Amino acid sequence: MSTAGGRVAGNDRLAHWVFIATTVVLCGWVLVPIWLLISNTLSTASEVNSFPKPVVPSLNTENIQFFLTFHGAGNALWNSIQVAFATMIMAISVGAPAGYALSRFDFRGKNAFRVLVLMTRAFPLPLLALPMAILFIRVGLDDTVIGLAIVHTTLALPFAVLITFSLFSGIPIELEEAAWTLGCNRLQAFRKVILPLVLPGLAASAIFAFVISWNEVFAAAVLTIEHRTLPAFLLQSLDDAPLHLKFAGGTMLVLPALIFIFLVRKYLFAMWGIANR
Amino acid sequence: MKPFLKTTLAALFTAGLWSGSTSAQELLFWSKQAKPVEEAQAMRDKVLSGFEGDVDFQPNDSGPWLTRLQAETAAGSGKIAVLGALHGDFTTIADDLVDLSDIDLGDTAMNATFMALGMLGTDEQKYLPWMQATYVMAANKKALEHLPEGADVMALSYDQLIAWSKTMAEKTGSPKFGFPAGPKGLKHRFFQGYLYPSYTNSMVTKFASAEAETAWTVFKDLWAVTNPGSTGYSAMQEQLLSEEVWVAFDHTARLAGAFNERPDDFIAFPAPAGPTGRGFMPVVAGVAIPKTAPDMEGAKALVAYMTNPSTQIETLKATSFFPVVDVELPADMPPAVQTSGAAIAAMSGAADANPGLLPVGLGDLGGQFNQVYVDAFERIVLGGEDVRAVLDNQAEELRRIMNEANAPCWAPDAASEGPCPVE
Amino acid sequence: MNPRTLPYWLLAPALVFLCVFFLYPFSLVAWQAIATDEGVLTTQYLQRMASHWKFDRALTNTLLLTAAVVPIQLSLALLMATMVSKMNRGRDVVLYIWTIPLGISDLAAGLIWLAIFDQTGFLNSALFGLGMIEQPVTFLGYQNKTTIFVAVMLAEIWRATAIMLVILVAGIGLIPKEYNEAAEVFGAGRWKRFTKVTLPLLKPSLQTALVLRVILAFEVFAVVSALGGTNLPVLMGEVYDWQFKLQDSHIAASYALLILAISIAFTLLIMGLLRTPKGAQTT
Repeated sequence: MSTAGGRVAGNDRLAHWVFIATTVVLCGWVLVPIWLLISNTLSTASEVNSFPKPVVPSLNTENIQFFLTFHGAGNALWNSIQVAFATMIMAISVGAPAGYALSRFDFRGKNAFRVLVLMTRAFPLPLLALPMAILFIRVGLDDTVIGLAIVHTTLALPFAVLITFSLFSGIPIELEEAAWTLGCNRLQAFRKVILPLVLPGLAASAIFAFVISWNEVFAAAVLTIEHRTLPAFLLQSLDDAPLHLKFAGGTMLVLPALIFIFLVRKYLFAMWGIANR
Repeated sequence: MKPFLKTTLAALFTAGLWSGSTSAQELLFWSKQAKPVEEAQAMRDKVLSGFEGDVDFQPNDSGPWLTRLQAETAAGSGKIAVLGALHGDFTTIADDLVDLSDIDLGDTAMNATFMALGMLGTDEQKYLPWMQATYVMAANKKALEHLPEGADVMALSYDQLIAWSKTMAEKTGSPKFGFPAGPKGLKHRFFQGYLYPSYTNSMVTKFASAEAETAWTVFKDLWAVTNPGSTGYSAMQEQLLSEEVWVAFDHTARLAGAFNERPDDFIAFPAPAGPTGRGFMPVVAGVAIPKTAPDMEGAKALVAYMTNPSTQIETLKATSFFPVVDVELPADMPPAVQTSGAAIAAMSGAADANPGLLPVGLGDLGGQFNQVYVDAFERIVLGGEDVRAVLDNQAEELRRIMNEANAPCWAPDAASEGPCPVE
Repeated sequence: MNPRTLPYWLLAPALVFLCVFFLYPFSLVAWQAIATDEGVLTTQYLQRMASHWKFDRALTNTLLLTAAVVPIQLSLALLMATMVSKMNRGRDVVLYIWTIPLGISDLAAGLIWLAIFDQTGFLNSALFGLGMIEQPVTFLGYQNKTTIFVAVMLAEIWRATAIMLVILVAGIGLIPKEYNEAAEVFGAGRWKRFTKVTLPLLKPSLQTALVLRVILAFEVFAVVSALGGTNLPVLMGEVYDWQFKLQDSHIAASYALLILAISIAFTLLIMGLLRTPKGAQTT
């Protein structure tokens, strides 16, 4: 490309700048509202209510402190983390095999299964919560971390199944077949050849499972009492809180999810080097 | 299949998460009231800390609140010891509540009207009154200079309120009257307990009368000078504090934030009056015990504790809801209590006071009853539909509800035999 | 293992899980939409739902919002995903920033965007500060349904584009670079390479991203209610209202079935349009 004529090079430089400008604009589009959230969190109550709003907040930490000292917040945070991780593990271990089966085999009921998986997402959870709660109380799953994780898994499962399905579908079956001819059995071929390739998909599924579980309020509020999660604990009451505390509470909820995405993000494209096969 | 998941470890991990509840002594107080974070905190730290046992106070939105209660009832066992909610919430679940008439209130003098409401049209004491509030008006002091000539803010009429709002809109360039018409706003009680009684001296019977037509026309005039953002407002303290509006109507607890934060800037005053008096309505919250409560003795002790005069005063400080028992208020009350207390006294003591009662006997149709008024508002005022046509149409729905519930009239409507008629 | 039964073994855990924890509660709820408390089959609830004066508005608003939001999100997510795949330096940081909204619940997103469009909010503050207005503008008033609609659109695009982005990024990573390089050797331009090489190979991921996004779009509620108040009724809001405010679970279940039906219809449509062959073909 660098050997091309001057006109093309000029075009390329232009394209380069357009590329960078677009990146910056899109980053701004995402970050500005986040900044407003944080800036309101660090403002005093009177600043939050003032008009016009100050450009730079006064870096007041009172609102944050209110939540840090909130009775039972630490416990709720720990419950949330447990539920989210249990959801992640269950969603992937139940969903990934199904995704693999959907991509590699033709069998009766395949489409029916795909629609069934999607139905869990297309039906309003607040209505399902009642029969689920009755079931859970009867079998002793009520107010347990695992019980809530089960509900969250039904929400996360469509993501896990479909994302792994679409990625397995993107991997040529010949690749696996080649491994078989080289003496691998099906399991070995999967482990050595396919698994590394779908790691980004598993990472994406994990992110979705975590985030879905983290932000789910309704089922959490109904199904947990002593094991109440952070959103059920905070968000329920945030709605009626004074404005400055709403923002602070919102920030407190967002932070752990952002940390998690940050930790997992590199797996999203871990395979770029290897994709050059 | 997936060694990287270390399934065995995962199994161990999840097994550890299976632990159910361990401590059974804690009483679960499942509340729809005192939801705001600061109020919930005060309920735990100030109000319930004085109880002899441990109480787990958990406030919830109506969705989870109702769903968990229904689930426990259907499953036949549960964790909820005590329910805290508004009168209207209890009407729909009366069958699932235990009779509280054997609770010894000692020498506490409970408001008799509220005790009667707590029977929910049955012969059992379904809930005990817990706390009360009502709706008043609030104004930023800046608004007072725009009052119409000769108007007394403590005894306004609807016409004066409209004139006042109009002047404010003209003088400041934007409408300064606010009304909680958002999805979570409490607008239905305004129509039921304020507008209708003030113009028709009725809540149900004269729903579609000529007087009601006038009432809605007047309200449309008020709406024309109301801040159009009102359809998103739920608690007016926010818009008062941000000065998006200067004058507002709302529940005392939903105005308290403004009075407490800037006590010198705001005043409270009675709701306006119409041709048939100054209509107003109390809001009553109660405490009840579901039939599935795990520790009936403990639950009853907690319910009794909530009606103690000293508990009632702490509750007032925590939630801005007033006591339902005879009690002398100490002097060190938060500004919101003092300000709105004075307005309530002026409203109920006014010569033209026309108090209404909360709906009784509607059973699980209470929500649909409210919706009749909300729909009338949305169609007439927001949708601009013809007043008469909408009222006739909504009256049919109201009639169906009253007949289905077989509910007799309540004040200000005259007592009826059989279901309350809709003329 | 027998290759004929293997797929069923792989599906079994998911299937059992869904039957116990989804199909069972679902059938109980769905039954309420088509049968009375006494167990007599009836269409009266579906009829009452459809004849309610808010029904048409809620249905139209939901469909309009989906139609307005999803195509923009799809294009935006495709653009972002291709850009990320082309980056050398800073790819990590940029992708992370773009996925941030993923971690933000719809309730929190509603809060943020309300703070922007509110009468005393940031947008008015900025316009006022720049001297472009003298009085704060009521963007979200009941007369400005279009403004409310646009505000909800912006908030939804901001909040939920990342869902598609993450799926597409994971999918693009699987496209062998040789394909693109080969196309370049044969003189294909950027656009042509995108439409002829990247898009077809991305089909499985596109399908997944679209299906999931569309289904979620039909359940939009929290942001709409925060920004639009009662002005923009949507189907999911009606479910909430009938279940918890009006406490008629028959009608609530009818609305839920309707959401499900629309979702399945669109899912089948998308799956038909973007059919994926079993395994990808190799060159």
